[in-house]
Amino acid sequence: MHMEKYLILNTLSYPVLSLIMLVPLVGALLSLLIKNDTYLKIFGLLVTLVTLVLSLPLYTCFDLHTAKYQFVELRHWFPLLKLHYVVGVDGISVLLVLLTTIIMPFCILCSWNYIKKRMGEFIFVTLVMETAMIGVFISLNMVLFYIFWEAMLIPMFLLIAVWGGARKDYASIKFFLYTLCGSIFLLVAIVALYIKTGTFFIPELMDHQFSFAYQVWIFLACALAFAIKIPMYPLHTWLPAAHVEAPTAGSVILASILLKMGGYGFLRFCLPMAPAATMYFMPYMIALSLISIIFGGYLALGQTDIKKLIAYSSVGHMGFVTLGIFLINDQGLKGAILQMINHGITTGGLFIMVGMIYERTHSREIADNSALGMMIPIYVTFLGIFCLSSLAFPGTNSFVGEFLVLFGAFKKNVVVGFLAIPGAILAAAYMLRLLQRMVWHDSDGHAHHHDDAADAAHGHKITDLNLREITMVVVLAVFVFWIGFYPTPLLKVMDASVTHLLHQIAAGGTPVPAAPHEGHHALLEIGNWLKQVVAF
Amino acid sequence: MQVMLILPELVLILTVLVLFAASLKKIKGAGLSAIALTGSLLTLVAAVVGGSASGSLFVGAYQVDGLSQLIKILLGGGLFLIFYMCRGLSGIEDEVQNEFYLFLALSTLGLMMMSSAVELLTILVCLEISSYALYVVISFRKGKGRRTEVEAGIKYVLFGAAATGISLFGISYIFGLSHSTYLVDIKTQLPQLLQHQPMAVIGMALLLCSFFYKLAMFPMHAWTPDIYQGASNETTTFIATLPKVGAAALLVRLIGMSGAGVTQFTWVLLVLAVLSMTYGNLAALVQNDIKRLLAYSSIAHAGYMMIGLLTGSRLGMAAVIYYIAGYVLMNLACFLVIYYIAPRGENITFDDLKGLYRRSPVLAFTLAAGAFGMAGIPPTVGFTGKFVIFTAALEKGFYGLVVIAMVNAAVSAFYYLKLARAVYCQGEDAELDRLQLGFGVKIFGVFLIAAIVLVGIMPQGLLQMANNAVSAFL
Repeated sequence: MHMEKYLILNTLSYPVLSLIMLVPLVGALLSLLIKNDTYLKIFGLLVTLVTLVLSLPLYTCFDLHTAKYQFVELRHWFPLLKLHYVVGVDGISVLLVLLTTIIMPFCILCSWNYIKKRMGEFIFVTLVMETAMIGVFISLNMVLFYIFWEAMLIPMFLLIAVWGGARKDYASIKFFLYTLCGSIFLLVAIVALYIKTGTFFIPELMDHQFSFAYQVWIFLACALAFAIKIPMYPLHTWLPAAHVEAPTAGSVILASILLKMGGYGFLRFCLPMAPAATMYFMPYMIALSLISIIFGGYLALGQTDIKKLIAYSSVGHMGFVTLGIFLINDQGLKGAILQMINHGITTGGLFIMVGMIYERTHSREIADNSALGMMIPIYVTFLGIFCLSSLAFPGTNSFVGEFLVLFGAFKKNVVVGFLAIPGAILAAAYMLRLLQRMVWHDSDGHAHHHDDAADAAHGHKITDLNLREITMVVVLAVFVFWIGFYPTPLLKVMDASVTHLLHQIAAGGTPVPAAPHEGHHALLEIGNWLKQVVAF
Repeated sequence: MQVMLILPELVLILTVLVLFAASLKKIKGAGLSAIALTGSLLTLVAAVVGGSASGSLFVGAYQVDGLSQLIKILLGGGLFLIFYMCRGLSGIEDEVQNEFYLFLALSTLGLMMMSSAVELLTILVCLEISSYALYVVISFRKGKGRRTEVEAGIKYVLFGAAATGISLFGISYIFGLSHSTYLVDIKTQLPQLLQHQPMAVIGMALLLCSFFYKLAMFPMHAWTPDIYQGASNETTTFIATLPKVGAAALLVRLIGMSGAGVTQFTWVLLVLAVLSMTYGNLAALVQNDIKRLLAYSSIAHAGYMMIGLLTGSRLGMAAVIYYIAGYVLMNLACFLVIYYIAPRGENITFDDLKGLYRRSPVLAFTLAAGAFGMAGIPPTVGFTGKFVIFTAALEKGFYGLVVIAMVNAAVSAFYYLKLARAVYCQGEDAELDRLQLGFGVKIFGVFLIAAIVLVGIMPQGLLQMANNAVSAFL
């Protein structure tokens, strides 16, 4: 079959990708048989850890010198529509798969005491979620991708709707409908591509040269779905609601993994399949990214709810990711991918920290959680580490990612670089403000301290982290510093794939063709105008 | 042997006769349901055994081919599942329980014959056999002196009679133009006629009205919510599933005659599909009675199926058959829940669903599988069905139509989500008693869940069968 030129079939002794995808699912089904809450938690943790261990060969046996898809499994699935079950990873997706398998044990751990009801269902839903997320990253068939992409909605909806906070109804339905609407056109695009080319196989679709008008439609249809998922201004409004209402594990899954699917989608579909359209829309996407960075930062600055603050900071951080992606140069892309991993670790860590403090004081307001430094020193130490990482302090992981993105931005256009800088400053402003209030601040905060939460905080009843919690944050902090000081292994993994991606774009992406289609005049006009704005 | 060709029909007729005898003997309770179950199971077995039969009977008016045999398997299986599911008959008047089984079996017989009928008047007779039986059954609901079921029964009769009348009028046009009532003869002339004769377009559109009526398709949809609401839960389960299978099969045959080209007739169907989807979904958004909600959702689903039909392509037609099979499964899942949380056969609303996960986890998950399936969320049969239908439509270039359908699917997700939310996320603190369900019911729920998911992720078998069935006459 002609597919083979894109692939390196799995040479490990076991079907690694199918296995890490199916182990959580089987675990979920088996968990239905367990009735005891403690056993359920332990079982869930074991399943996620087994998945993690099984996924490690993806890193150790990864061939750094090829951009082909590795560990590929290929089976017939649905011959009538020439559909194959085909999974594989390249340098971009392998990192995201590993991020998923690494983060998932934390989702179980951070729910140990947080989830008080319906533990069995919680473990079931979380494990099903893991299957779906891994499925998204390893699918090399567009229909398979879409199935996992959509299947994710149900467990995530339940996570928010069942274990969420006060406005869980609103948040869960908004999340579901928003994302579902985004995917409508993605499905149409997938089928349209099939009808044009006769294949659903992603690498083969990347090799096709489509006309410019066609690329524009494909780009727009896909970009809508991914821009909602990532989320990009102005499609970000579902995120704060979902983040704030979700339980800790839900927030961690959302922030660490779900948002990355938007970025992954851009890298996997928009850029290689519609290179000319990508070049054409580049200015808009850069402009929207810059707006996301600054807008997210400003909104974060004004929040009094810790979780909301982190949620809006995610909008800003993901703005850096999309900025890096649409710079279309080596540093930008690498920075963007690295930043996706970093954001997964750092923001995941921050949400875990918020969950811990919420378990202790039952409030997420900054005012209710101020001046903790004296009482719970271990907690604030790690809070400090993650906050610094979030504002891209040198020596932490985000610094490397943001630096690469900014480097790429300056290389592309000095103005774009300068416009992105305030985002970094804003991040410092809101994160340091959060840190200062939570660790030291107690003078003018006292006036508001009259509710139970504050009493708890100031009656010296709250305890510092226990062993389980310390284990979690230490592991994440190790990643923070490891990537901060020595990001080379990760950059090496993505190197070949990023170079290949740039080749694909260069091959098909001659900027704006000579005679665009009649109907696109208006678009072109706006495009030129925006280009001037950005250039200015 | 010629008799072997109509084996499933013969077995079903035998079942009907046995049920009739049982009604004379006043056999009740377990014995009665055992007879009904055995009869429907034997029908299913006969349908499977005769699955590959082919031939022509009754001077060419009765065709046994791939399509008819596949539909007969679906009908036989569906009848068995419905009889199994509703074997308590808690919503049916005690003195007519015999007749309930009898008439449902008779109606299924009509539908089975309809799937084989290839002559317009034969089709109409089969249609009437299946309809008349249902006219009677609708007013069998328990609770004397209630107006709703009588009203529902009369509505069904009136709408049915009107639809038949319109169809007959359409047939007169088609007969006038083609000088034949045999589909074989009409098929050779119809593509030509549709191109050049406006009367053919009108005739076909009118002819299809009876089947639109059965399928609850706009503009013959108006009966649906009231009949769903008024009829007992058992009867609604039947009306919501099997007649639609029969109608879909017939529509595949009839629309398949019009050829693969895009004509004015296609545009008529396209407009109807859009209206059906949009009207059904918008109206369903505000329903509180679950059966009414499912009624409006069935109008929307008729619209989705019409998309597959109007493509006229092999893939589109096969997708419709696949879709209707999946639709039966998803509907059975929803009605199983309705049936078992309403022990006295009453109608249920969102309030009754609250906290169902605590009362019965299996039923809760069954309803969730059905609802998410109908919303078209993967990995369910509902997603795969929509996916294949939309692929067929896009192949023909109906981009706008598919986008409208997708938007509709997103709208519909809201009310299906409301079902899932009521079941899983509400009523956490309320005092609820656990539902006492038999082992058989739980197994049935698990079977439906597994079927909805497995047929969804492994569609090849069923779709290939459907594809072979339709390629025989397209």
